This record gives sequence, C-alpha cells and structure tokens, in this order.
Amino acid sequence: MAVTVSIPTILRTHTGGEKSVSAAGTTLAEVIDDLENNHGGLKARLVKEGTLHRFVNVYVNDEDVRFSGGLAAEVKDGDNVTILPAVAGG
Amino acid sequence: MLVIRRDLVDAMVAHARRDHPDEACGVIAGPYGSDSPERFIEMENAERSPTFYRFDAAEQLKVWREMDANDEVPVVIYHSHTATEAYPSRTDISFAGEPEAHYVLVSTRDPIEHELRSYRIVDGVVTEEPVKIVES
Repeated sequence: MAVTVSIPTILRTHTGGEKSVSAAGTTLAEVIDDLENNHGGLKARLVKEGTLHRFVNVYVNDEDVRFSGGLAAEVKDGDNVTILPAVAGG
Repeated sequence: MLVIRRDLVDAMVAHARRDHPDEACGVIAGPYGSDSPERFIEMENAERSPTFYRFDAAEQLKVWREMDANDEVPVVIYHSHTATEAYPSRTDISFAGEPEAHYVLVSTRDPIEHELRSYRIVDGVVTEEPVKIVES
C-alpha cells in the first residue's frame, strides 16, 4: 500500500530536500510511522500527544483529514497525502 | 529587505482596513527564486476574529496548488493586528512555517495612520527587515 506524500519546504530537511516521498500504510498514522522509519524526525513535527499537530494541515486526496478521522483517516494504494504548514497566528 | 510595489502595499492596507476590527490575512505570490511579490491573493480568515487568524485549510490547499503549478512561492504572507503594533505575536512566531517568506504585519489600531513592517521568522527567531516601496 504505497502513497505519495508531498513535503513542505520547512520539513524537507528531514527528506534530504525531496519535495515528495513514498510511504506505506492503511491509515495516516501508519503512513507517518513509515515516514519516520525512513526520514527520522518527521513524526515529531506532525504529531503531538497522539493527535495531529495544530501547526500542520494534512490532506488525503485534497480532503483535510481533520474532517475525516485525523490520524485514523484511511489511505489507499495510490493516494496522495499533502502536508502544508498551517498559516495562522494572533 | 522586502522590495514591493506600492499597489501591493495599498492592497494589503485596504484589505486590513476593510476587515477591521477582525484580522485580515493573505499571500502575495511571486516566481520561485525571484523574491519578488507579484500576485496578490486575499485569503479568508477562518477564525473571523480580532485577535487570531488562520487560513481556511481548503482554500490554502487550492492556492498552494496554483502556486506550485505556476512555479510560484508565497513571497509575502501578511496579516493585520487591529489593536496592537505591527510586530509578530508569540502565536505568530510559533506558527511561522515558511522560512523563505517575508511576514508582513499591518496594524490598523490607528484609524488614520497604518503601520506596516516586515520580518523573517526562522526557527522561532524574528528578524525585522527594511521595506522598500517602489512605484508601480
């Protein structure tokens, strides 16, 4: 079950500069664990205390996963996962 | 230093005034590697708040995809402060996720005179930079 993950500029230090990497899993949580195995340090930038970090937006095939189960969101072979930094502040 | 056309500065200030007392936010895209802001994109503040802003996640994905397709990057990310000075708040610093962007703050706390300043925010460190406005 391979998916393509788009990595934003700020996290490319963990992927050797790659904009897009491949990962495996049937849920977003599994995909992130697989990313961590190959690109150490990424998980801590994406997950905090068992939920997605508020500093990032994660989309599966253009759908914001906050509305489709968060880390439990299902992914299928060939899906595209996009990570963007949330743009927010006070 | 941020070098920016006057019409783009005017557009940011007009957006900030129009949404006052809520915070306004948006992006000015420019060609990759140019460091030149060119395409003005107002974003919706999903928080509709006088003290907080957040790009709507779906709108952000659409705009980021457009920029990718055009070989553009977010050269400027702007938002307004409606009751405080044009300096990044603690929340602004903790969220700042585009190390190559110029973070522009517009303060509309004074009803007549606005304040507009620009910063780099990298790894939690804020560096103010001069803004050079060029006639369009």
